[in-house]
Amino acid sequence: MNTPLLSVSGLHKSFGDTPILKGVSLDVEKGDLVSIIGPSGCGKSTLLRCMNFLEIPDAGRISIAGVTIDCLGLEDAPPKDLDAKAHKLRQHVGMVFQQFNLFPHMTILENIALAPHVSRNVPEKDARANGLQLLEKVGLGAFADRYPVQMSGGQQQRAAIARALAVNPSVMLYDEPTSALDPELVAEVLAVMKQLDAEGMTQIVVTHEMRFARDASDYIVFMEAGNIVEISDEDEIFENPKDERTRRFLGRFQ
Amino acid sequence: MSKSSMQRILLLLVAAFVASHAVLRAEEKILRWAADPDSNAPYGFYKANDQLAGFEFDIIQALAKQMGRKPVFVQNDWDGLIPGLGSDLYDCVICGIEITPAKASEVLFSDPYYVTFEQFVNRKGEPPISSLAQLSGKEIGTLSQTAAQTMLENTPGVIVKSYAEEVNAYQDVANGRIFGVLLDYPIAKYYAAPNPHLQFSGPAFGQIIYGIALKKENTSLQQEINRALAAIIASGEMRDILSRWGLWTPTVAGAFGQPEAPSLPDIEYQSFLAAHAESPNLVARMRRYLGFWPVLLQGSLMTLQVSIVGMLLAIGIGFTLAIMRVFGPWPLRWVATLYIEIIRGTPLLIQLLILFYGLPNIGIKLSPLLAGILGLGLNYAAYEAENYRAGLMAIPRGQMEAARALGLTHSQGLRFVIIPQSFRLVLPPVTNDFISLLKDSSLVSAVTLLDLTGAYNRIATQTFDYFGTGLLIAAIYLIIGLPFVRLARWTELRLTVDSRRTTLRPGLLSLPKFGRTHGK
Repeated sequence: MNTPLLSVSGLHKSFGDTPILKGVSLDVEKGDLVSIIGPSGCGKSTLLRCMNFLEIPDAGRISIAGVTIDCLGLEDAPPKDLDAKAHKLRQHVGMVFQQFNLFPHMTILENIALAPHVSRNVPEKDARANGLQLLEKVGLGAFADRYPVQMSGGQQQRAAIARALAVNPSVMLYDEPTSALDPELVAEVLAVMKQLDAEGMTQIVVTHEMRFARDASDYIVFMEAGNIVEISDEDEIFENPKDERTRRFLGRFQ
Repeated sequence: MSKSSMQRILLLLVAAFVASHAVLRAEEKILRWAADPDSNAPYGFYKANDQLAGFEFDIIQALAKQMGRKPVFVQNDWDGLIPGLGSDLYDCVICGIEITPAKASEVLFSDPYYVTFEQFVNRKGEPPISSLAQLSGKEIGTLSQTAAQTMLENTPGVIVKSYAEEVNAYQDVANGRIFGVLLDYPIAKYYAAPNPHLQFSGPAFGQIIYGIALKKENTSLQQEINRALAAIIASGEMRDILSRWGLWTPTVAGAFGQPEAPSLPDIEYQSFLAAHAESPNLVARMRRYLGFWPVLLQGSLMTLQVSIVGMLLAIGIGFTLAIMRVFGPWPLRWVATLYIEIIRGTPLLIQLLILFYGLPNIGIKLSPLLAGILGLGLNYAAYEAENYRAGLMAIPRGQMEAARALGLTHSQGLRFVIIPQSFRLVLPPVTNDFISLLKDSSLVSAVTLLDLTGAYNRIATQTFDYFGTGLLIAAIYLIIGLPFVRLARWTELRLTVDSRRTTLRPGLLSLPKFGRTHGK
């Protein structure tokens, strides 16, 4: 077996006195598309946000594309050290948010070209050329000069995916990418993700889209109350869940 | 020693004396003198042509000439005259200051340059008074920090109202707001006697002696002034000056031991009366206002200058404070919060007075312009900081998260993502603040700047036309502010619309493009 591209082990995270992650471990192989499902408050979004240090874990180890960070005591570390570590990790991670979080004062192309230019020192001309290619890829070639507000939610989320891809991440993280979308716009976003999967991108998706999870995922992670309860083949988890809690959760969708 | 060598030495000595004298002459000595010439006839005041005049002005010119110094005038508000002396803003003050034991403990006085008495004035038709005791229970006006004020305060039952300008006090008698005014005879002669609604009432009260005030330690200048004073009294020059101003009274003649009759006709008094006769009609009044255009222009430019530079300062400091408060570590946050709370919790006028009159006590002397700009800038910085803080806080958290997730540093996130968005949010409130600042800038007249409000004081107290001048100055403020009001409305229309929800005009939003500002 290959070494996993992304490996999380023993991850703990509390908000105040409330434990959110209680020692989560997960390995993801290169090219996998993994869906994380579970009831609200189970810690799935927090797990995802820990993977690029938007939340700083209390303890545990994160390893992505060869960058390994031991998280114990990191929150009390000098902000500079922390920033340096987080920055290293983020070089390999692209993130897509539920609310898109596009920068409203920039055009779509500017949104995409900003990070490569500013943080990777790619010349602006190249950053824009590469950005245009990415926009073509997500089907938004004609929208380069639009502002986010002039586009539908689905288009904005596709642009956000292009923006995350622009820094050449090894892993793409999606935090409920279709939850803020009107139902008829969900498909176009999921199509982009399927296309990326076909191209071999490693993707981790926190989602409520059970159909997408089932159709597209290589496997599904079920979380509850800060723990991973079941990791299973997508068909098996839906047809024959092993864990009682998984059964109860999925029962609501059938 | 031979006779010829003696002669040679004498010649050398003479040459050296002449040379040293020539050096002294070359570096001409000056006499910095201060007064409050706003409505201060006949002491010192601005004539309609904006020339400084007055019997004190003439006396100080004569004295300076006698002393071989060049007189340099420094304008200050009445209440600030003595403090300014302590702050070394000027060498001496000549402004109708009475020599009293209380004042003599604060400053050094020259010998008297004028001796007079207090004159009571009330409304025409009221029965005359014979003693101050009769004023018990009545509201009587006077100027603050004067001997007349002390006299009134020592009379039981009198309700004393202190004014900053004598014209206002007499105006209130004429309007029936107060019963009468007790003030020095020269003031009454110039401001009350010509008014048909007012009358002199009662005998001469007390004895008033004016002296030139100096800094407590400055005894050498005191002696120099006293010598010059004695010289111009003895030569009759003093009598000439006071006669021309119609102020050569038996009281002053007796004090100086000179003949009672004036030596010259009272031409200055007559020209004052002629200049201040009420304008018969609107056109004449308008023409009179137009005559003040240099003061109005100067005042408007000063108001604009102080406001614009003050605002730029406020924006710079305010922005720094906001960043400190929102993103700084706790000591910076604490400092910024403290600054904002203190500045917002204290009046701007007091801040200005501290800057201008207080700081010289610890060795920091600011020019009036610098004090005015700093006062406004430092004050508005606190309000700007809160504006910007609100602007920064209004940007959703997800924006910074997205920037960080993309690999931008915190400061890059601020620079490229957060600040450009907040800029749009705060532009309308900042424009509105500038309009407020423009109006608050009227307070800088308290630190002797001749801004529009200073121009108002000067014109109103020369024309006695408070209503017309007030309207005129208000109109100028309005006109100056109008473009900014329009600008505020424009920015509000274009930029406050929530750019995430409504259509927007992309051209307007292409402010700082990252490509152009990037560079290390």
